Amino acid sequence: MRFTRKEIMQDVYLTYLHQRKFKTCLLSVQLITDLRRETAGFNALVPAVLRRGTMRHPDMESLSAALDALYGATIDYTVRKKGERQCVGFVAQCIDDAFAPGREKLLEPVTELLGELLLDPVTRNGRFMPAYVDSERQNLLDAIRSLKNDKRDWAEVRLMQEMCADEPYGVLRLGDEGSVSRINHQKLYRHYQELLTTAPVEIFYCGSAEESRVETALLSALASLPRGRVARPEPIVLRRAPEEPRYVVEEMDVTQGKLSMGWRCETDDIPAMIMANLLFGGSSNAKLFMTVREQLSLCYYAASGFARSKRIMTVSSGIEVKDYDRALAEILHQLDLVRQGQWEPWELESARAAMDSALTALGDSQGAMENYCLGQNALGLDETPEELLAALQSVTRERIMAAAQAAHLDTVYFLKGKEETPC
Amino acid sequence: MLTDYPRIGERVRRETLPNGLPVILVEKKDYHRKYAMFATRYGGMDMRFFSRGRWVDTPAGIAHYLEHKMFDTEDGNALQELAKNGAEPNAFTANDMTCYYFDCTHHFTDNLRLLLSFVSVPYFTDESVAKEQGIISQEIRMIEDNPEWQVYHNLMQCLYHNSPAKTPVAGSVDSIRKITAKTLYRCHKAFYTPANMCLVVVGDVDGEEVLALANEVLGSEKGKPIPRDYGPEEDLLPAQKETAIAMEVSMTNFLAGCKCPPLGTGEERYRQNIVGDLACDILLGESSPLYARLYAQGLINGTFGYDYDALPGAAYLTFGGDSADPHAVAEAVLEEVARLQREGLDEGYYLRVRNANLGDTIRSLNSFESIAIGFVEGCFHSFDPNRFPEIYDSITTGDILRFLGDNLTREKLAMSIITAKEG
Repeated sequence: MRFTRKEIMQDVYLTYLHQRKFKTCLLSVQLITDLRRETAGFNALVPAVLRRGTMRHPDMESLSAALDALYGATIDYTVRKKGERQCVGFVAQCIDDAFAPGREKLLEPVTELLGELLLDPVTRNGRFMPAYVDSERQNLLDAIRSLKNDKRDWAEVRLMQEMCADEPYGVLRLGDEGSVSRINHQKLYRHYQELLTTAPVEIFYCGSAEESRVETALLSALASLPRGRVARPEPIVLRRAPEEPRYVVEEMDVTQGKLSMGWRCETDDIPAMIMANLLFGGSSNAKLFMTVREQLSLCYYAASGFARSKRIMTVSSGIEVKDYDRALAEILHQLDLVRQGQWEPWELESARAAMDSALTALGDSQGAMENYCLGQNALGLDETPEELLAALQSVTRERIMAAAQAAHLDTVYFLKGKEETPC
Repeated sequence: MLTDYPRIGERVRRETLPNGLPVILVEKKDYHRKYAMFATRYGGMDMRFFSRGRWVDTPAGIAHYLEHKMFDTEDGNALQELAKNGAEPNAFTANDMTCYYFDCTHHFTDNLRLLLSFVSVPYFTDESVAKEQGIISQEIRMIEDNPEWQVYHNLMQCLYHNSPAKTPVAGSVDSIRKITAKTLYRCHKAFYTPANMCLVVVGDVDGEEVLALANEVLGSEKGKPIPRDYGPEEDLLPAQKETAIAMEVSMTNFLAGCKCPPLGTGEERYRQNIVGDLACDILLGESSPLYARLYAQGLINGTFGYDYDALPGAAYLTFGGDSADPHAVAEAVLEEVARLQREGLDEGYYLRVRNANLGDTIRSLNSFESIAIGFVEGCFHSFDPNRFPEIYDSITTGDILRFLGDNLTREKLAMSIITAKEG
């Protein structure tokens, strides 16, 4: 993949990828900020309110009509957490000009509309419309509260809140209920202007248009973007695990228990840690899946993930409440096997093949590439999928063992059903 | 036979093997990914069928159970074998089909051989079938905790008297206890025959190689058509108007729906599907006046959605989401249908939504999975999914008004509600 990245305005970067094979083009504009408890809710609310209307299209009906007229172009607002950064903005997608029935040019009007959404919101007396702020604040609160509807996600959310209670990483992507409920339209507008002025902007384009055409469309659409003193991101602080792991048990009215566990990976050998995670529970041939699920039927799912920027590894599993002790012991045992280098050659080959496949296939999805590039750019990394793949391929058995040994259990969270015998 | 679709930039080759298996090859140049889906026309609703001279009744959930067990092979597990090559294999069971597929970037031919072999050759024992019960029971319990699933399941209980549309695809923890290796073998023999299946391959692959391999692995035996019984055709009135239960959710959620007449086969079926989807977009979509009004009133939020779906011997239209007042939403929907009948449909609005819908369908051709499912459905119901641009051309406002007026009426509407549990 040949991405190019260049600064097209002060602290506004365009990552560009020319590609004809898709039916669509994708354009993303993201504001990058530090994830902080005080501002997370504000940042999450801004794009939701902006998406309600612009001066030219002041309500949703009018906005939707404009998008429909562009053959169902979509402009979705996004709120993403990348390590300890919060990225908010818009992702637009429209069919490639080649497939517009009248061969209309769609890139320019879509870019213009995206620019309007970001920079020209509908306002009254220089403030957001109170009705829009009120209803989007309510929607955001509903979204935060509904996190507990999916118990698998909820157990992972609770694990991170417990494990990183006083670190930015433990802050919810959408902010928390308390701070969101105190946001009003004046405060939000001030925050929005500050965000526009100070946040670095990452733009991503993938499609069939030439780079100069994309750049011209963007410079016109973003001409009124205010640029002040742009904030430099704070470095991520890495913590060590406590001497003894913490155990947290909570109850909800569920039939299936959810067990989540978190480790601090105290190693700088990222490629080795990625491989250790893949062997442990990060792929469909991993130990957790093969043993805990398939051989022992102890759970419906058991998988691990590794957040490289924060060096945290997590396990998420759904189990019968009565099997808590066995499942916990078995998960720890499987990690010990990785630490001791106990795996068959095919397990390592599978882990490598899974990674190879995932990184190679990245170029076949515009959305996946956008997300990859945003992750890299938001965290100040500069590693292509090909480079990462090469680094993973050279990892040795000893390095994987050493990385797994550097993973220290920090917190165990268990969500169990009510009226069950205590475990 | 090779067909070009210049309006959407697609090229498809279709062949039927001597054993009766339809093979569809969707050419995708410049992609690294290669995708194959091997599907049988056998799903959760096919519980009663005619085989070897008599009607056979099987337990609810058997098609899904069989799907789980098909991955067992004489050498171990096909998932594991495919994952060793970096392929991502998976399967799903729907009401009317079971699909096995993989996605890969390397070793496509090996992977295809594995897929065709493990799906066509059952290998399980009484013990391995018994062991699966634990895993599937966990899966069922996990689904039952999901409010979205509950609200849908309860609506089906309201809409239908006896149709197997009421039965969950995975069955229940009780029903799956009755499943034995012998019944599974029998169902496999009946439904997993080339004449009842199809193979779809998407990507940059050698078509001749695919055909030769399928011929070699699947042999020459054709299999017989299997008559199925979905019960007597029901009238279009709901069995029950409303149902409500309480769950641990953050706010009230609902799904309302109406039965629609079952669909036939051929391009008329596809057309009817598109008319149904388009009518829903026009009535309830984000750019509809109704959506804007309900959203502004706070009666619906971003979770609002709708669907028109055809099952064997049944079809229905549903809409719902989080809402503080589901009855007010349903009432507003019925009133809007009445208004459209009275005042007619604005031609400009209609064309805009139709273009948007067309754009959406073109965009969906970025997804190999959605392409493959489209061709599997097309194959089982004798239509060509790539003919949608021509079908859109043929649809008029009259089609839309007739669909809404016939189907969305007060007498036909039923409602399923989930309320938030106290404390």
